[in-house]
Amino acid sequence: MNTTQELIEYLKNYDGPPIKIMEVCGTHTASIFKNGIRSLISDKIKLISGPGCPVCVTPKSYIDQCIEYAKLDNHCLITFGDMLKVTGSQENLLEAKAQGAHVEMVYAPHSVLEKAQKNPEMTYVIAGVGFETTVPSYGLIIEEARKRKINNVKFLFCLKTVIPALDWLCSVEEGIDGFIAPGHVSVIIGRKPYDALTEKYKKPFVIAGFEGEHILMALYDLVHQIEKGLHRADNLYKNVVKETGNKKALDLISEYFELKDSFWRGVGTIPGSGLYIKEKYKDFDLGNKPFEDHTVESSGCRCGEIILGRIEPTECPLFKTVCTPLEPYGACMVSPEGTCGIWYRNV
Amino acid sequence: METITMSHGSGGKSSDQLISHIFAKHFSNPILNKMEDAAVFEICGKVAYSTDSFVVDPIFFPGGNIGKLALCGTVNDLAMMGAIPKYVTAGFILEEGLPLDQLEELVMAMADAAREANVTIVAGDTKVVEGKGGLYINTSGIGLIPEDRNISPTHCAVGDAIIVSGNMGDHHGCILSQRMGIENGIKSDCTPLNNLVEKLFKGGIRVKAMRDITRGGLGTILNEMAHSSNNSIEIFDEKIPVHPEVAAFCDILGLDPIYMANEGKFVLFVHPDDEEKALNIMHGDKDGKEAKTIGSVKEGAGVYAITKLGGKRMIDLLFGEGLPRIC
Repeated sequence: MNTTQELIEYLKNYDGPPIKIMEVCGTHTASIFKNGIRSLISDKIKLISGPGCPVCVTPKSYIDQCIEYAKLDNHCLITFGDMLKVTGSQENLLEAKAQGAHVEMVYAPHSVLEKAQKNPEMTYVIAGVGFETTVPSYGLIIEEARKRKINNVKFLFCLKTVIPALDWLCSVEEGIDGFIAPGHVSVIIGRKPYDALTEKYKKPFVIAGFEGEHILMALYDLVHQIEKGLHRADNLYKNVVKETGNKKALDLISEYFELKDSFWRGVGTIPGSGLYIKEKYKDFDLGNKPFEDHTVESSGCRCGEIILGRIEPTECPLFKTVCTPLEPYGACMVSPEGTCGIWYRNV
Repeated sequence: METITMSHGSGGKSSDQLISHIFAKHFSNPILNKMEDAAVFEICGKVAYSTDSFVVDPIFFPGGNIGKLALCGTVNDLAMMGAIPKYVTAGFILEEGLPLDQLEELVMAMADAAREANVTIVAGDTKVVEGKGGLYINTSGIGLIPEDRNISPTHCAVGDAIIVSGNMGDHHGCILSQRMGIENGIKSDCTPLNNLVEKLFKGGIRVKAMRDITRGGLGTILNEMAHSSNNSIEIFDEKIPVHPEVAAFCDILGLDPIYMANEGKFVLFVHPDDEEKALNIMHGDKDGKEAKTIGSVKEGAGVYAITKLGGKRMIDLLFGEGLPRIC
C-alpha cells in the first residue's frame, strides 16, 4: 500500500463491519474537513471528534474567574483569542471587555514579560489554558520571570493532560474502535504513553501528522489493525514525534506542575487529568484549585456528548439554529478547533 | 523630534503650517490649492462614489503604510465597479505625539500612490485628538463609469471563469507578523489596481464582476458572489496561489489563506472564452504576474473546493476574526 490513490481505494472500498474512529485533536478534525476526507472513505468508517480542544473543555467557573480578575483595578487579563467568546455563567470575556474589563488578546503569552516590566503598577494575569503542547511555554514564562525578578505576572491555570482523559474515555465509551492520537501533544509526550492504553483497552492508537495524506495513512493503519484484531500504538509522525517525547518540554512540565483531578466542561471530573502549579511556585498562581461547574446546562446545549463522540453536532437541537460561531452557546462552537465550529463551517 | 500637538488642530497658525508644509506641499494640484471650503470640479456621466476608513496598526509595515493603504483602498473600491477613479478626498485624525517626519513620509506615500493611480486629491481635513502618537485616515473617491460597462455579481453565469490576480493573504500575513514581532520576508501587497483593471477593459475582456480581496478574504467574497448570482462556485485548492512564506506562516498559526485579507489583489469573473486572454493581459502587468484561474461558476448554491486529495469541502463565510489556534 504505497500511493495516496491506493490508500483512498482501500478506505473507499472497505466493506467490513461498521467502524468508529475518533480523532482526538481538533486540528485533525479541521484537516479532515479541509481535505474532504469524509467524502473519500466508505460510509462504514465513521469518524467522530474527540475532546482535544482545550477551549471546549474549559469550565464556565474558570471563565467567570478570568472575568473577575479582568475587572479588578490595575489588572489585565492576557488570553489567546479563541477564549474570548467562550461563555461563562453570565457573560464572555469579549462582553466583559466591552464593559471596561481589561482583556488583552495575545498570540504568544511570553510577550507579557516585557509589558510587565514596563508597567510595574499593573498585574498581568495570564489565562493559562491548554494541553501538554502549551504547558511547557508557561513553564518557560515562570522561569524567565523568576530570572528577571518580575513579580507582576500571575497565572490562572486550567491545564489538561491527554492520556488520563483518553484512559477515562476508553473506560466509559466502548463503541470506539480506534483512535487517531493527537499530533502536537504527542510531540511533547512521545509514543510510549499510548502503549498502556492499547494494552488496557485492546484498541489501536495511531499518531498522525496533519496533512491529508497523513490522515489517510493513519486511517488505513487503524482500519487494517481493527480488521485483523490488532491493537498497536503506531507512530506515523516520526519526523517530529519521538518514542519518549521532548525531554526539555517534559522536564519543564514536571519542574513546575503536578497532576491532580480536573473538571472537563460538559463531561465532569476526570481523575489525574489536570496540571496544577507546584506549591513552591505558588507566587505565580492565582487559582490553584480545580474549577468545577455545578450548574447543569439548561439551554439544551449538548457539547458534553459531542466532546465524547456520542452524538454528532447536527444532532444537537441548538446547532445552526441558535448556536452559531457569531453567537456560540456551547464552547465547541467557539474555537476554530471546536467540533461544532468546524462542522458549522463545513457541513 | 517635532511631533503633533493639540495646537496643530486649533485652526490657527500651527494648523496652517501643518497644512502648507506637509499636505499642500505633497498633494498640490489646482483644485486643492484653492483651499476653499469645498473642492469644485465638473463631472458628467455615471459616477461611482465610495468611502473607507483606515485604522491599521502598525502605521508603517513592509510594503507600505497607512497613507498608501488609504489611497489604494478607495481607488480599488472604485475600480472594482468598472469606474475610472478621478478624485479623492482625505480626512486625517492625528493623535498627539505623532512625529511630523512620520506624517510627512506617509503623506508622500499617499501622493505617490495617487500619481500611480492617476487620481487627484481634491479636498482634505485634519483633526488632532489626544492619544499615543497614531493616526487614522478616511478617504472617499469618485470615479467615472464608461457607458458600455455594467459590472455586477448578478451577471455571473454558469461556466464563467474565476481568476485571482495573485497570491492570497500577503497583507494580512504582513500585518500579523508585525504585530507579533515575527521577522520574516512577508510584505503587504498594498497597491492601486485601477491600471490593471483598465488594461482588461481595453483588451476587450467581458468582465462580469470583480471584487478586491480585502477583509474576509477570498472565501467570504466567493460566498457573496455565489449568493448574489444565484449560482454555485467550484474552486480547486491546488490552484489558489499563496506565497510559500505566507503558506508556512499560516500553517504555523492555524490560519487559512482563503480567509485572509489582501490590499492589492482582486477576483475576476469573466466569460469562459476570454479566460486565456485575460490571464495574458494580467501576466503582463506588475500587479498580475501571479494571476491564476482558480475555478468556475456552476449550477446550484454555495461554494466548495476540490481538495488536493480529490475530496470536496464547503467554503463558508468567515465568522468573526480568524483567530490563531492555541494548540
